[in-house]
Amino acid sequence: MTVRDRRGYDDVAVTTPVTVPYVRYSTHGAHWFAASALATLLERSGLEKAAVDGLCFSSFTAGPDNAVAMTQHLGLTVRWLDHIPMGGVSGVVSLRRALRAVQSGDATVVACIAADTHRLDSFRSIVENFSQFSRDAVHPYGAGGANASFALLTDYYMRTYGARAEDFGKLCVAQRESACRFPYALLRKPLTLDDYLKARPIAEPLRLFDCVMPCAGAEAFLVMKRRRAAELGLAHAVVLGATECHNPFPDDPIQTRGGWALDRDELFAQAGISRDDIDLVQTYDDYPVMSVIQLEDLGFCAKGEGAEFIRSHTFTTDGTFPLNTSGGQLSAGQAGAAGGHLGLTEALRQVTGAVLGAGVPDAATALVSGFGMMIYDRGLCSGAAILARAA
Amino acid sequence: MTRPGSPSTFPPTPRSLRSRVSQGLSSAAAVGCFELQVCGQCAAVQYPPREACVRCLSTHLAWQPQSGAGELLSRTVLHHSHDPYFRVRLPWSVGLVRLDCGPSVLVHLPLEAPAPPARVWVSARLDRSGAGVLVASETKDGADMSNDLRLREMTSDPSDASVLVTDGSSALGQALVHALATAGAARIWVGLAKPPLAPVEVPAGLRGIPQVTCLRLDVTDASCVREAAAAIGGELDILINTTDVSAAGAAPEGSLDLARAEMEAHYFGLLHLAQYFVPCLTTRAARTQRLSPAWVNVLSLCALSTASFTPVAVGPAAAMAAAHALSQGMRAQMRQEGARLVTVFPGPLDNESSQGLQQPKLAPPVLAQSILAALRSGVEQVYPGEVAREWLEERFSQSHGI
Repeated sequence: MTVRDRRGYDDVAVTTPVTVPYVRYSTHGAHWFAASALATLLERSGLEKAAVDGLCFSSFTAGPDNAVAMTQHLGLTVRWLDHIPMGGVSGVVSLRRALRAVQSGDATVVACIAADTHRLDSFRSIVENFSQFSRDAVHPYGAGGANASFALLTDYYMRTYGARAEDFGKLCVAQRESACRFPYALLRKPLTLDDYLKARPIAEPLRLFDCVMPCAGAEAFLVMKRRRAAELGLAHAVVLGATECHNPFPDDPIQTRGGWALDRDELFAQAGISRDDIDLVQTYDDYPVMSVIQLEDLGFCAKGEGAEFIRSHTFTTDGTFPLNTSGGQLSAGQAGAAGGHLGLTEALRQVTGAVLGAGVPDAATALVSGFGMMIYDRGLCSGAAILARAA
Repeated sequence: MTRPGSPSTFPPTPRSLRSRVSQGLSSAAAVGCFELQVCGQCAAVQYPPREACVRCLSTHLAWQPQSGAGELLSRTVLHHSHDPYFRVRLPWSVGLVRLDCGPSVLVHLPLEAPAPPARVWVSARLDRSGAGVLVASETKDGADMSNDLRLREMTSDPSDASVLVTDGSSALGQALVHALATAGAARIWVGLAKPPLAPVEVPAGLRGIPQVTCLRLDVTDASCVREAAAAIGGELDILINTTDVSAAGAAPEGSLDLARAEMEAHYFGLLHLAQYFVPCLTTRAARTQRLSPAWVNVLSLCALSTASFTPVAVGPAAAMAAAHALSQGMRAQMRQEGARLVTVFPGPLDNESSQGLQQPKLAPPVLAQSILAALRSGVEQVYPGEVAREWLEERFSQSHGI
C-alpha cells in the first residue's frame, strides 16, 4: 500500500466536547437534540451564535430535513455547510471535513453536531428504509436489522478465527465497568460474564448484551484555529492523522476486515507516532466483533489474533489497553449518528483532562475509529483519527 | 410469540418495499426460475440488483438463469425481528451464501440447515407477499424446504389441505381429484354443475375416494356460488377452477351462442367465484401458517397466444384472455393479503374437443401433476407441456435479450 504524503492538521484545534444526555425514548425531534447541542457548545465556548460560520450535521431521524434545513431551524448563517449521512463513521468524517475547512480559511468556527431522536417506532422505520439493497435483499429475510447482519459476520469470524463468546463477553463486561462511572451511560448496572453468557439470544450467536440499545441524544464538538481556541481559553486537542475509506475489499465474500487495513500505515505515518504511543482507543462498538476487527485492522494485533489479544488485556482505565472508556455504545446507548461521535467526544475529554467518568491517567494520545453503513452485507465506511493533547 | 391453539389472526405477509429493478428476480421466481442480472458487456453476474454493471458500468443487463450452487458461509437464527410477520414466526434462520457464479447472497434457510461451511443450492421462491426471495437448500431439489414449516408456508402444498375442484365432471377435474387424494389432501370438495334440486351424486370416476364430497356448483349461477362459498369457504385452503365449457357445451361450433356460453363460463363464472371465494381465501390467509392459501385458474395458452392452436379457437381465446385479465386483478388483491393466485396456461389438451389438432397434446393426468407440482413449489404461473414450455422459452429469450 502506497502511503500518500498528506498535509498535517497541526494549526487546527478540536475542542468543547458536548454530550446531550441520552434518553431511551423521546417525544422530541432530532432538531431538539441538535439545538441543545449547539446551545451547549456556545455556552461552554463563550462564542456568540454569529461566530459559528460552519456546520457539519449528521442524523438518521431529522428527515425530511438535512443540514440545510438545520441552519434555518437553528437560526444559523454559515458560509460552509456539510451533511454527513454516514452513521458510525460520521464523527471521524465530520472531523476531517471541518479540519480542512478551518485550515484553508473557508470557515473559522465549525460546529460538528450529530443528533438523533428515538421514538417508539422510529428505529423500525430506519431499519426498513436503510438502503435500496436492504429493501431488496436484506429486510425481506427475517427483518432482523443490523443484529442479523452482524450475527452472520460474528458467526463467520468465530468459526474462522476461533473466537469464543467469552472473548466478546469480556469486552462487554469491561466496557460496562467504565460505563458505571460515566454519567451519561444509559446502562450502568454492573454486568458479569455470567450475565452476558446467560442473556437471551437475539440473533445467534449474538446475545442481548452484544447488541446496542437505540436511544435519543446528541454529541458535538467545535473545530477552529488553535490560536482562536487559545484566545478563548478552551482546552483543545490537535489531530495528528485522520483517514477514511468507503467500500474497501468489494470482492471479499464476507466481511472480516474494513478500510483501516488499507489506511493504517498512512494513518500512523501522517501522525508520526507508533501504536505504542497511543494511550487509549475508542472503537466503533456496535457489536463486539467489530471492535475486534478494528483492533486487528489498525494493527494492534494480527488478523485472527483478536481473541488472543482480548485475553491478554483488561480494556479498563486502570488496566491495560483502555478501550471505549465511556462504556461505548454497548453501555452508553446508540443515539443514532451520535453513536458515530461518541468515541470522538470521549477521546477529546480524555486527552484534554476533562473526563466525566473513568479517566486514563496522563492520557495524551487517543485513537478514534469509526465504522458504519451496512448497505447490504457489510459495513462500507471506515475511518480513524489520532488525537493528541495540544502542547 | 403466538402459540398453536391461540385464536388470533397472523400478519399474513412480510412488508415489501422492493425497487423496480429487483422485479426481475420475482418475475423469474413466479415461473420457478432463479435468475440474476448478467452484464451484456463484461458478463459479470451481480446481486443485489442494480441499474448498471458493478464492474464496467454498462447498463446492458439481462436476467439469466443461474445454477444456484454455492457455499454457505455463515448462518444465524433470529429471535427478534422488526416485522410482525416474522415476529410471530420466530425463530427464523437466514444465511449468507457465496454463489459459485460470484456474488454473496442473503438467503432464507431451513431451521435444520447444515452448519457452515457447507455446499448448498440456492433457488428463487415467492414469499407470502408474492415477492421473489432466495432460499438455500441442502439438496438440489429443495426437499428440505418442504420439510421446514416456515419455508413450506411460502408454498401451497396440498397435503393435509382442504381443496375445492370447481368442476368434477371433466377429465381434468377428475384427474386432479385423484392426484390430490394421492398427495394426501385432507378434504376434496368436488363441484358439479347440476340444476337446482337435481341429486348430486359422486361421478363414477371418483367413487371410493374417502376425502371426496360433491356439491352443486354452477359457476354461471351467482346464488349457487354464494351458497357453496357459505357452505365450505371457511375451511378452504386451495381452490382449483377447472371450469370447462365443453362439458356444458350445447351450442354449435362457431356460433354466437357458443361465444356467449364461453364468456359466461370462463369470465362471468370466474367473476362469481371471485366475488364469493376470494374473501374466503384471504380470511384463511390470516389464520393459517401452514401454507399460502391458493387459487388456481386453469386457463389455456390461447389466452396469451393462438399461434399453437389450429384451427384457431377464437371464441375460447377471447374468454380465456378475459379470465386471464381478471386473474391478474385477483392476484394483485390476494398477494397483499397473503394468498396466491396461480394461472395455468396449457397448450392443447388431449380431450374430445381437440381431436382435430396435430400438435402434441397434454393428457389431463399430466396436467394435474403439473398443477400439484406448482402448488408444492409455490410458483404463480405454470406453462405445462411441450407446447406451452416452448412458447414460454421463446417469450423469455425475447424479453431477456439484450
